[in-house]
Amino acid sequence: MEDVLLEGRDLKKYYPVTKGLLQRTVGWVRAVDGVSFKVERGKTLGLVGESGAGKTTTAKAILLLERLTSGNILFEGKDLYQFSQSQLKTEYRPRVQSVQQNPWSSMNPRMRVRDIVAEPLVVNTKQSKKQNQSRVLELLEQVGLNSGHAELYPHEFSGGQRQRIAVARALALNPSLVVLDEPVSALDVSIRAQIMNLLKDLQEQYNLSYLVIAHNLATVRYMSYNVAIMYLGQIVEYGEAEELFKRPLHPYTRALMSASLLTLPEDDGQGTEQIILSGEMPSPLNPPSGCRFHTRCTEAAPKCSQEVPPLRNVGGGHEVACLRV
Amino acid sequence: MSKVILQVEDLRSYFFTRKGVVKAVDGISFYVDEGETFGIVGESACGKTVTALSILRLLPEPGGKIVSGKIILDGTNLVELSKKEMRKYRGKMISMILQDPMTSLNPVYTIGDQIAESVRLHQGLRGEMVEQEVISALRLLKIPSPEVILRQYPFQMSGGMRQRVVGAIAMSCRPRLLIADEPTTALDATIQAQYMALFKDVQKKTNVAIIYITHDFGVIAQMCHRVAVMYAGKIVETATTRELFKAPKHPYTSALINSVPRLDRKDARLYSIEGQPPSLMDLPPGCRFAPRCPVVKPVCREQEPPEVGIGYGHSVSCWRAK
Repeated sequence: MEDVLLEGRDLKKYYPVTKGLLQRTVGWVRAVDGVSFKVERGKTLGLVGESGAGKTTTAKAILLLERLTSGNILFEGKDLYQFSQSQLKTEYRPRVQSVQQNPWSSMNPRMRVRDIVAEPLVVNTKQSKKQNQSRVLELLEQVGLNSGHAELYPHEFSGGQRQRIAVARALALNPSLVVLDEPVSALDVSIRAQIMNLLKDLQEQYNLSYLVIAHNLATVRYMSYNVAIMYLGQIVEYGEAEELFKRPLHPYTRALMSASLLTLPEDDGQGTEQIILSGEMPSPLNPPSGCRFHTRCTEAAPKCSQEVPPLRNVGGGHEVACLRV
Repeated sequence: MSKVILQVEDLRSYFFTRKGVVKAVDGISFYVDEGETFGIVGESACGKTVTALSILRLLPEPGGKIVSGKIILDGTNLVELSKKEMRKYRGKMISMILQDPMTSLNPVYTIGDQIAESVRLHQGLRGEMVEQEVISALRLLKIPSPEVILRQYPFQMSGGMRQRVVGAIAMSCRPRLLIADEPTTALDATIQAQYMALFKDVQKKTNVAIIYITHDFGVIAQMCHRVAVMYAGKIVETATTRELFKAPKHPYTSALINSVPRLDRKDARLYSIEGQPPSLMDLPPGCRFAPRCPVVKPVCREQEPPEVGIGYGHSVSCWRAK
């Protein structure tokens, strides 16, 4: 039985495009257009897609940084939009934290590490300063730093260490869900593995749920239990990571995989042929009719430009939105 | 037998700062053949970009300086050229593509003007000839409807298309050597695949030698014939791409390859290299990787390992290598 912590149902976020003196709305940018997903307790959902796919907008909606145009977010079965402001402050926000992509801009350069990590405690709890400080030291130790680091400023750390500080800050309130928006893409290759391993250890230790947003498929495969592949504001394929990467069904997923597969030179000729998509992602202001991917699809049929493919279950929770599957 | 177009010998490029000397590139040697793609892979601050800037003689001044070594391009030692002589080589013989197409194009000039600048300057063409050259450069990079594009501004194009324009500028004078510094890092995965396929095609047509700088082993595997792995200002291993992935000899190379998650298999746990690269101002004695090396020996901490050849085109700087 799956234990769902957070569920998104048919999320839509349209941004208006205005024009002229009266700021009339002349169109909508459909950043997220009907996205549904579940984040299970203690597990990771990975959202993958290229820029403009709607990954970050989805994350912002979950963090309540953007108000959705329509759709519901359920946290432990309760609809977030039914929560009062004070309920959100005590029952939701402390339990959902985030780690941002760039550790150079996600911290106040004038604050010491101990104050950065203690900030969520100061805002959300009534603990004494002393209690906060001992919690900070405990957190720093958990992420592989030590008490000596508490007195330093962010600029005195390398990228990997800063990302550790960001993780410590996110864990300060014992959250249930951590939204990780490109947690390792700003880091060096040898440091990425350190941070990914740290995140996995912490997940196991505290039964954390993660929502990982990344454009790198291999990162997502390593981190995630479930994966959703997004294209132009919609999920085109969804399923358990193992199943999805073994048996990718959507042509877009296959093209993405082909683009990020480490093809070794000796595989030349015998390996699967590389799929190179033509063109670029269309504008979400004016998405193509029918299947949004048909303009770049290598297997598009005439019906693909007319019919919108629904996300269908093809067995074992593996869902795909393609008319040809 | 293809011809060597670029030979770098014992190049040292230092930065002299108030706090001390930063040994950004500290004695590296390699060569690049005509029509070949030579990869330089490494993490930030390992000296990849400084190597590229040294070849172009564009180290930031004051402070940056080539202290010793030779950079021989088609028989001429670039290090000995005067600034004026060097200007004749840049753009015409060697050109460069930078990572971010947003900042390497001028937002207030049209695409056509920006390519024409290089054509006028380096080929001395005038009038209609210029436009013909511009269009042929855009065609080489497979930019659709070049006659329309050349009157457009960078903001009207997508990131992938802009990076093609940067490629067109770089290739407009048909250089012998192209240095590409992380050209696809800012691009999306599917666009990156397009761009790399495009460059292989450009290379086939023009026989240009490419130095491809990246931190991404996936890109190396797809693009390069031979690779040098850099760490803290030194080349630790040079090999053909096939050799490097099949039998990496330096512990840093194998650690890097193993610490990248793979798409074609489920990793239980990633291999991770503990610690961080050393400061280039305060390098450890002996091997620079010794403090992080999982198979370190006493000698590693005392003496720098020499570069030893171990088979065809494969060399490594490690005391453990045989």
